[in-house]
Amino acid sequence: MTATAGSDIVTGAINRGPAARIVARTSAGALRLFLLVVALIWLVPTFGLLVESLRDPATFTTGGWWQVFTHPAQLTFENYSQILKDGAITSSFLNTVYITVPATLLVVLIGSAAGFAFAWIEFPGRDWYFLVVVGLLVIPIQIALIPVVKLYSILGISGSLVSVILFHVAFGLPFAIFLLRNYFAGIPRDLMEAARMDGASEGRIFFRIVLPLGLPAIASLGIFQFLWVWNDLLVALVFASPSNQPLTVTLANQTRQFGSSIDILAPGAFLSLIVPLIVFLAFQRFFVQGVMAGSVK
Amino acid sequence: MSRGAPGERRWLAGVFLAPAAVLLLAILFYPLVYSLVRSLFGDGPAGGVGAFKGLSNYADIFTDDAILRSVINNIIWVVVVPAVVTILGLIFAVLTERIRWATAFKTVLFVPMAISGLAVGVTFALIYSDSPSRGLANTVTVGIHDIFAPGTGYPGEHPRNEEVLVGSGAQGYTTKDPVAAGSVVLLPLTGLSLTKPPPGLSQARTPNASSGITGVVWNDFRLGGGGTIGKVDPGELGLKDVTVQALRDGTVVATTQTDAGGVFTFAKLTSGRYQLRLPAQNFGAPYTGLSWLGQHLITWAIILAYLWVYAGFAMVLLAAGMAAIPREALEAARIDGATEWQVFRKITAPLLAPVLLVVFVTMVINVLKVFDLVYIISQSAGADQKYAQVLATELYQFYGNQQYGLASAIGVLLVILVLPAMAFNIRRFRKDRG
Repeated sequence: MTATAGSDIVTGAINRGPAARIVARTSAGALRLFLLVVALIWLVPTFGLLVESLRDPATFTTGGWWQVFTHPAQLTFENYSQILKDGAITSSFLNTVYITVPATLLVVLIGSAAGFAFAWIEFPGRDWYFLVVVGLLVIPIQIALIPVVKLYSILGISGSLVSVILFHVAFGLPFAIFLLRNYFAGIPRDLMEAARMDGASEGRIFFRIVLPLGLPAIASLGIFQFLWVWNDLLVALVFASPSNQPLTVTLANQTRQFGSSIDILAPGAFLSLIVPLIVFLAFQRFFVQGVMAGSVK
Repeated sequence: MSRGAPGERRWLAGVFLAPAAVLLLAILFYPLVYSLVRSLFGDGPAGGVGAFKGLSNYADIFTDDAILRSVINNIIWVVVVPAVVTILGLIFAVLTERIRWATAFKTVLFVPMAISGLAVGVTFALIYSDSPSRGLANTVTVGIHDIFAPGTGYPGEHPRNEEVLVGSGAQGYTTKDPVAAGSVVLLPLTGLSLTKPPPGLSQARTPNASSGITGVVWNDFRLGGGGTIGKVDPGELGLKDVTVQALRDGTVVATTQTDAGGVFTFAKLTSGRYQLRLPAQNFGAPYTGLSWLGQHLITWAIILAYLWVYAGFAMVLLAAGMAAIPREALEAARIDGATEWQVFRKITAPLLAPVLLVVFVTMVINVLKVFDLVYIISQSAGADQKYAQVLATELYQFYGNQQYGLASAIGVLLVILVLPAMAFNIRRFRKDRG
């Protein structure tokens, strides 16, 4: 980086005389403008959803959400107070929480244990088993829907929250094991040997050394899994009974009457995206690491 | 790793692995086997197993019109989306290297990855919708259309009476008698919605006579009534952007458009007699945009929403890949006089190839399984939703109809389609470990 053209453009160009500098400056301006437009295109849809969720439904027929710029009186919290009074919405929001939190914790716990075994306990066929896990990363959940529905009915847990949670945990595990084994394998061997010399049990080593040192990877996994389960539609659509369905399913059932349900769908969709949005913005670094580690999922 | 007998280690490993092993066996392995077998059988009553059918469920996938359409849609998805996402990601990754607010830009583009397919689906259904009011997509489309083809007209507007203009809305209206050069022609129409007039209309005005032909096209009626028929009265609106043609012996010799007050002028027609015509294009229905969620565009509309979600993902991965390229190599090439394009083509692109491949393969896998967005957006589309279906939504539908044999066959097909990606993953992993 030798030259700076424009106020916030870093170019890699070296000095090439005034003509080249003018070209560089104009193209730098064009570039900034282009990226600004792109960023706007990416912001507008979500912003539109937010504004629509805050509009008086009586004004929906008069025009799009951008009317609020000229008619700010259209804005109201009425839609939100309506859906927060709607038992179906609030109970399905709670179901989302009841499904997501255990499914995340369980996948972290079970995945950590298995990742630890793959990284630090020698057993016959270990590498082959691990390759199987890598292979499982890409298995589509669609293949499992019907067989697992049958399995659950034999086990007598059809439609329950547990059935949804177990499915999410199982399909979260290949990625969890893959990510954590690779991270745990990077823990210094000396540290592990020293602990073993001191007579620490494997359980103790797992809880006292591996889990604390593996925290960054565990955080990535946890956030990744949290978002995946929170946002899920298909698994819950198949496995959850009506009283156990999460927010995504409750809202999806409204999309058939799209035009007349916007006063529920827009605030509902925003309610469903605000939690992942906060989690994402708060833990962006971990999330990006998780995505990169498991990019082939 | 020396402590403990092999038996003890095996036992230990078992304790740590057991929960994962049980779940993977029950919810991943058993279903694979079950579906493989189940796909060879037909369906009995109430979701029971029917007669052995061999591969005929698979044959159905490629012969049944509805499933075949979803196969074709899936092919469109796989051909278009991974390539476009990768290219978009690459462009953004390269361009953001040159701005200071790259982090903010990346966050903005990456955020959709954290949002549910349901929320994205509702967001874009809103954009594509025409009900209860025109969505953003068609508002923009109509806006652009009207810039290039303005004056979309006044549907239903017709002559006040047959004294001056005759004809029909479908053929246009022509003056009953020819008009002479130098005259002022009043062309009274009516039919405008006065409670909700088109935006931008203003008071009609009567022009002064000139050497050419001049006149006014206006809505000869005002809110509350009153005024003289055939005369421009206060409160009556001029019709702007109306096309007016002058004809001599049935052929058009001049064309002009009315101004904001509805006034038109043929300055060059200074001699002779002409008929004036208001062609049908003035009275057609206005352009209302595209039917985004109709038969022809619905898959593309959903793909657009999907690109919005995943472009940021590709960008972040590729930007990380580019950050790993040694700066010295780039600087050295630049000092040697290489242009930015040469630097990109000769250094960045080859070093980035493995990451590009990872992004591409990841997207192929994701796209094969695409469900949420198609399900949500197509449901909002009503009758045309059948044109958007893909394998995953088709499978869900057969599951709902208890056609488990066919659904299992589609599931197995999806697994077969991801096998190359599985092989890619395993090879990459083994190479990483040397």
